[in-house]
Amino acid sequence: MSLDTTTLIAILAMALVTYFTRIAGLFVADRLVLTGRAKAAFDAIPPAVLVAVIAPTALTTGWAEAIAAAITAVAAFRLPLLGTVAVGVIAVVVLRNLI
Amino acid sequence: MDQANPFVSTPRRDIQAGLRDIAPVAVAALPIGLLFGAIAAAKGMSTLEVMLMSALVFAGGAQFAAIETWIHPAPILTLAFATLLINARHVLMGASLTPKVRMSRVQTLLAYFFLTDEAWALSERRALERPVTGAYWFVMAVVLWANWTLSSTIGAILGSFLGSPERIGADFAFTALFIGLVAGFGKSRVTLVTVASSAAVAALVHYFIGAPWHVASGALAGIAAAYLAAPQEARS
Repeated sequence: MSLDTTTLIAILAMALVTYFTRIAGLFVADRLVLTGRAKAAFDAIPPAVLVAVIAPTALTTGWAEAIAAAITAVAAFRLPLLGTVAVGVIAVVVLRNLI
Repeated sequence: MDQANPFVSTPRRDIQAGLRDIAPVAVAALPIGLLFGAIAAAKGMSTLEVMLMSALVFAGGAQFAAIETWIHPAPILTLAFATLLINARHVLMGASLTPKVRMSRVQTLLAYFFLTDEAWALSERRALERPVTGAYWFVMAVVLWANWTLSSTIGAILGSFLGSPERIGADFAFTALFIGLVAGFGKSRVTLVTVASSAAVAALVHYFIGAPWHVASGALAGIAAAYLAAPQEARS
């Protein structure tokens, strides 16, 4: 089993940042009350990041991936998480063979 | 048992309640962990590296985002920044939960290492009826943590035998998983504007400038769009 030094530092950095976000709420529990636009911006962080990560694969790789992403999005509102993943993977395999 | 006398809270009852609440979540997370390990192995991470990342970071969304954009050598600052953005929601979750937990400051500092969307949501629900004790929290935390670390390690071992992920469409599993996660945030106007802005900017930046800049620029575009799209006088 190998352990790359740069990879280890990256993992430790991710772990430290994550732990910081987890305990930060403990110290601002009395003060952090977001409302209106600030709250909307804060709530938008998770979907905004998730979409930014996958947008190149979903939109600019090819037609098979773009159509499969659209099919997955439709399935996502009707199926549990694993079912959605299964639909997406099957769709992309079929479309790559067709297109 | 738990319903018989709702005013008495014993460690034994809290442990039973914790196990009962976390069991379905752990079952659902198992294949996600296997998937994470398998794809991480296909991207060139060793089994030990996968195990360490799951055990120390213990945050599925951030780990999936890191693996999706994984290159060698690992871009430390980019990964740390993406992790901060994705996990920033923990601050609000911790702030909301803290008045409801019956633990000392030191216990809470240890307990919050295990803060996840799932443990938080279950604890908020339980807090409607009674305080969240250390026994309840830690039994959920340890089950979820062991489940995630073990399943991703096993996934990494199995994944190194699977070979090219493209062949079985496994490279698209991330994209499908993220689409599923985004759908969980609903179809409100603000969310749709956020998703559209983030997707458009990320795709354009990736096409014209390249990775990994699309993550931060797309995310910031989505957040700015949400700020502008939200009504100014909205109540929380």
